[in-house]
Amino acid sequence: MSEEAITLKHLTVAYQSVPVLWDVSLGFKKGKMTAIIGPNGAGKSTLIKAMLQLIKPLTGEVAFSLNDHQMAPYKEVKQQVAYVPQNSSVDWDFPTTVLDVVTMGRYGRLGWFKRAKKADKEIAAQQLAKVGMQTFADRQISQLSGGQRQRVFLARALAQEADIYLLDEPLAGVDMKTERIIMNLLHELVAEGKTVIVVHHDLQTVEEYFDEVVFINRSLMAAGSVSSAFTDKNIEETYRTDQNVGERSAQP
Amino acid sequence: MLVEIYLIAVVVALACSLPGVFLVLRGSTMLSDAITHTVLLGIVLAFFVVNDLNSPFLIVGATLVGVLTVWLIETLQHTKLLSNDSAIGIVFPLFFSIAIILITRYAGNVHLDADSVLMGELAFAPFRRMTLFGMDFGPKVLWSMLIILIINVLFITFFYKELKITTFDPGLAAALGFSPVFLHYALMTLVSLTAVGAYDSVGSILVVGFMVGPALTGYLLTHRLKRMILITLITAVFNSLVGVKAAFVLDTSIAGMIAVVTGITCLLAFLFSPSKGSIQAIRNRWKQRKNLKKQAASSHIKS
Repeated sequence: MSEEAITLKHLTVAYQSVPVLWDVSLGFKKGKMTAIIGPNGAGKSTLIKAMLQLIKPLTGEVAFSLNDHQMAPYKEVKQQVAYVPQNSSVDWDFPTTVLDVVTMGRYGRLGWFKRAKKADKEIAAQQLAKVGMQTFADRQISQLSGGQRQRVFLARALAQEADIYLLDEPLAGVDMKTERIIMNLLHELVAEGKTVIVVHHDLQTVEEYFDEVVFINRSLMAAGSVSSAFTDKNIEETYRTDQNVGERSAQP
Repeated sequence: MLVEIYLIAVVVALACSLPGVFLVLRGSTMLSDAITHTVLLGIVLAFFVVNDLNSPFLIVGATLVGVLTVWLIETLQHTKLLSNDSAIGIVFPLFFSIAIILITRYAGNVHLDADSVLMGELAFAPFRRMTLFGMDFGPKVLWSMLIILIINVLFITFFYKELKITTFDPGLAAALGFSPVFLHYALMTLVSLTAVGAYDSVGSILVVGFMVGPALTGYLLTHRLKRMILITLITAVFNSLVGVKAAFVLDTSIAGMIAVVTGITCLLAFLFSPSKGSIQAIRNRWKQRKNLKKQAASSHIKS
């Protein structure tokens, strides 16, 4: 089982004229939990966004392989790909409820113009229960703590009922309880044969949580199974040229 | 006459306040301020082409310049050489001043005079009648604003879900296939169109108040989007009715008076909102301090 769910070929991404990711060729294994790690400013979020076509790459290809698709572009499979952005990327004062945010995960399946039906709300409520937030369904989202926000975001991704999950720093700034809930759910997804890709910042938990690891620092530094690729040498090389000096010592 | 003025005021307020809800939520109120001014350039340029103040091409031209404004501001901003507000600060006065220069230099003797463009005059609006086959169908501006109101209602009804997700989480919206860029420009087109329609009656300076004021009041009073839209509409009607009445009593500018009432209701919501109001915040802090003092005192006694 070393089939690839996402295949990147010579992916180069630039903001204005500054290249952020340089010539990344890489495969994410199907049915595995993969960590993307690297120092701040290394281009980890950019890599995820480029895979989802949220940023147009300068050159290169991203292809998705699912049960009924082989090497398909993102727009053909977008219903099957769930994305969890960094939770700081949205306005938490937006006038809406927790259940409503989770229901947004169903919007992709609904398509344009169609409203969420009762069945969609029920699926949303079930996912909310999975992350242990069912009692918060009617709560205004501004009242949530950081960990609760992240769980709501995960519930929203689960409501998409996708095959591939891309999560951007889902464990950033969350409490231990939330971290455990999130990781248990992600492991359940992998057990069901789903592919999970996580931008991760905590080197100490990589071995415990993940099957595969990808080192990024402006270009691909190393990739492979955690047992073979998660070595001191690879870590050292990836973090040697930190884009923000001093960041490394700030990370545990 | 008087009834017609009330009617026009209410329809203009409703039409303006609807897109305002999403302007407030998206934090693009200053962008809409720029649009509501720069559409004037579109009106003037279209007027020079068709030479008719009643031509529908004026609306087309104005809407195009409104969208051009948004595009130019965003292109400047994407260069990262200047911030969002400086980009607005460059484009808006440039377009607006060109429009004013053109009006004062070349179009001073027609109805397009700088005063009416800046301030509008609701009291004169009923003088321009809609006549078909020799019959009088009421003030023209009432009809044009009614059509714009209907367009706004339809747009927000059809794109409700899409507007919500692109406003709350543009990243997810794009990943799911709902183009935030498309909805942004669609909304800005409506803002331009609404601004042009409202020009005659309320003028370019106050349009933005009509758009943003009621929506801000709605935002302060609730935590639900649908309720926010409802409160916004009710506030818009209330503001315009009270504003027109006050303007007659005090014998002053109608649009100006509505804007004053809008400011007052907004301020009241800011002060007295049960959940977000500043008085509530002060009371909460005061209560907390009292509780803490009590706790401190009781722990002191225990030890």
